[in-house]
Amino acid sequence: MCLAIPAKVVAIDELADNATVELGEVRKAVSLALVENVTVGDFVLIHVGYALNKVSEEEAQRTLELFAQAGVTP
Amino acid sequence: MKYVDEFRQHKLAKQLAAAIRDEVDTGRSYHLMEFCGGHTHAIFRYGVQDLMPGNVRFIHGPGCPVCVLPVGRIDNAIHLVEAEDVILCTYGDLLRVPASGRNSLIKVKAAGGDVRMVYSTQDALNIARENPDRQVVFLAIGFETTTPPSAVALQQARREGLKNFSLFCNHVLTPAAIQNILESPEVREIGSVAIHGFFGPSHVSSVIGSRPYEFFAEEFQRPVVIAGFEPLDVMQSVLMLIRQLNQGRYEVENEYTRVVTREGNQKAQRLVAEVFELRRSFEWRGLGLVPYSALKIKADYQEYDAEQRFQIPVSPAKEVKGCECPAILRGAKRPTDCKLFGVVCTPDNPMGSCMVSSEGACAAYWSYGRFRQPEAKSASTEVAI
Repeated sequence: MCLAIPAKVVAIDELADNATVELGEVRKAVSLALVENVTVGDFVLIHVGYALNKVSEEEAQRTLELFAQAGVTP
Repeated sequence: MKYVDEFRQHKLAKQLAAAIRDEVDTGRSYHLMEFCGGHTHAIFRYGVQDLMPGNVRFIHGPGCPVCVLPVGRIDNAIHLVEAEDVILCTYGDLLRVPASGRNSLIKVKAAGGDVRMVYSTQDALNIARENPDRQVVFLAIGFETTTPPSAVALQQARREGLKNFSLFCNHVLTPAAIQNILESPEVREIGSVAIHGFFGPSHVSSVIGSRPYEFFAEEFQRPVVIAGFEPLDVMQSVLMLIRQLNQGRYEVENEYTRVVTREGNQKAQRLVAEVFELRRSFEWRGLGLVPYSALKIKADYQEYDAEQRFQIPVSPAKEVKGCECPAILRGAKRPTDCKLFGVVCTPDNPMGSCMVSSEGACAAYWSYGRFRQPEAKSASTEVAI
């Protein structure tokens, strides 16, 4: 129900307020009605046919670094 | 897959498991409730529970919208198909949920009822456009994640003057449910269910932000960590919760910063506020009537409200005898405490919603956890991965 997956935006149809996203070999049209300022190349979180949010590359990197520091005494 | 594979790395999982073992205080226990079915499945599918010291226990909460929907609302949906002859569109999760009298939407469909599984509210709108002579009802369920798509559909229907489309609204709210659990007798009474901290839902929080959790972190003195759904996210969040508990802090922390902000998705929140308002109370399976825990369609949109458009009788629904879903949803019992579990109730023949939904605790136990050793390991047990 609450499954959502990050997928890359490969095309935008501004008139329809839609984007084509790519996940592996699969391409799908999703609605952009819930997000703003999405550009081609962005990663968005897809849920029931809608982009819910943009995924922040910077923050993802920061979280991965946090994992890598696990075990290092803070 | 980018943003997925990096969060499932074996080497980092090993490091995190070691860090958690170093961090726990062996003189106390840590009961952590994962509210969301997505977390339940991450924990079981990737064996996260087996990487934990024995004094860290996961308690499964009511964060699966399919599981908490009362049987009566499925009965209502079946009534719409059979008595009102509507085309009923819904997400696939709901089709096999048992209704009263061993019925379900999939059985109604098999008997000729026009029930259609859709991926998106946009699909339901298309069905309404293609069938102008039929009434199309979208059976809407879900937490704050699925509510904005419902709001978009209602606004589009009104803009287009789509007179044959309406929505049967069962959208529910996360913070109200967590508060209800914290106020429940099982949690309040000492020696029953102890919950020391919460994992905040990933995708719900991407919409509502982390701010709504601040009230009850403060009020009930329980730490909350908004956690992503990948196994490393869950493990990092365990570490963050343990650190808060060890330091006596009760704050809202955000591990899932790549998607969640404190304010959330304000465009989605605005859309929801334009279309929906709070219900005074709503029945949850397992929790009973919970005040201000669900949404209804505003009067301004009432012509698109299936509850206004159709006569929907309120009939007492019957729970399956012996099914422990209600207690499991509150964290008061485990799936294996239910005498139906794995005997007559399996994913192929579900008796209760927790076994039907792919996010239900019983389905997770059945798929990944039914062969686990129930006895807890001691906190000093070395974990080999």
